[in-house]
Amino acid sequence: MCTGIVETAEVSGSGKGSQGWFKLQQINVSYDHPVDAALEHALNIDFVNPTEGPSARVAVELNPDSARKLVDAILTALARGEKR
Amino acid sequence: MHPYTTDMYEGMLAETIMLPGHNGEIINAYYARPLGPGPFPGVVLIHHMPGWDELYREFTRKFAHHGYLAISPNIYFRFGHGSPDDMSAKVRGSGGVPDVSVVGDIDASAHYLKSLPLSNGKSGVFGTCSGGRQAFLVACRTKTFDAAVNCWGGNVVQPKEKLTPAQPVAPIDFTKDLSCPLLGLFGEEDKNPTPESVRLLEEELKKYGKNYEFHMYPGAGHGFFYYPSVSYRPEAAVDGWKKMFTFFEKHLGTPGRGR
Repeated sequence: MCTGIVETAEVSGSGKGSQGWFKLQQINVSYDHPVDAALEHALNIDFVNPTEGPSARVAVELNPDSARKLVDAILTALARGEKR
Repeated sequence: MHPYTTDMYEGMLAETIMLPGHNGEIINAYYARPLGPGPFPGVVLIHHMPGWDELYREFTRKFAHHGYLAISPNIYFRFGHGSPDDMSAKVRGSGGVPDVSVVGDIDASAHYLKSLPLSNGKSGVFGTCSGGRQAFLVACRTKTFDAAVNCWGGNVVQPKEKLTPAQPVAPIDFTKDLSCPLLGLFGEEDKNPTPESVRLLEEELKKYGKNYEFHMYPGAGHGFFYYPSVSYRPEAAVDGWKKMFTFFEKHLGTPGRGR
């Protein structure tokens, strides 16, 4: 891989992939070549469950601005939700 | 390069095969060859980080069209099977494919080509992106190849903090062992490898008196051969392919049309 920039974390929750819903185990966040987005490098997020095979994956490829907006939106939603 | 005329017969066989890779472990590979008795030079193609995908099947057939025995081993084989992009994501999330198995798989693929009665006994290695890095690495770690092409391979120059268990040594540190002529194609706007890291590699090649030829394309970045992507640069791509076929013909012998 060309940048080799990958951050991983264990998570729990569910994701909906091509075969329907599955339990999530891990997220892989990379800054590297996307497959589909029209960018040389993208912030790629894979929500996966390695025990269910490579297709147990929900993937997004974002440009850096979009990735920051996602971070902000998550943090804002979390703050609002947890304040209640 | 062979002149093409419209009255020529052309034929090609392209298929997935199984062969012994690193440590004799069976892997799969996409193999394409011109029809005809040969002899043909061979080229091993190392697929890029996005996986063992349709583009690399096209590249493999392109080499066969130009008169080469061409093989593209699935260097992600040991990670299991799925769509190319799912497999790429799996490998990325697992810390990348180990250099040691890549070197073994590519070396074994070249020996497979050379063992064929159709072979002229010579073989080259070609790779883009991470495959460019690996092409350089394999050309340093083995004495199997007669020519190597590194297209925009990132992380040939790898600072210590970027080394990983899968990639424990920076390929540039093996430069003194480079065992064949090297062609490098790079884009001036690439962020990995940057023109500065290409310069550092060039310095090292000069230091050890290696036979190399580098071309840096203005207006191009990373992956300028990839026509389905925004990184495609037609002028650089056309020139790069031409330079590559000229380079391989010089070092691997005349390719055939399979007539």
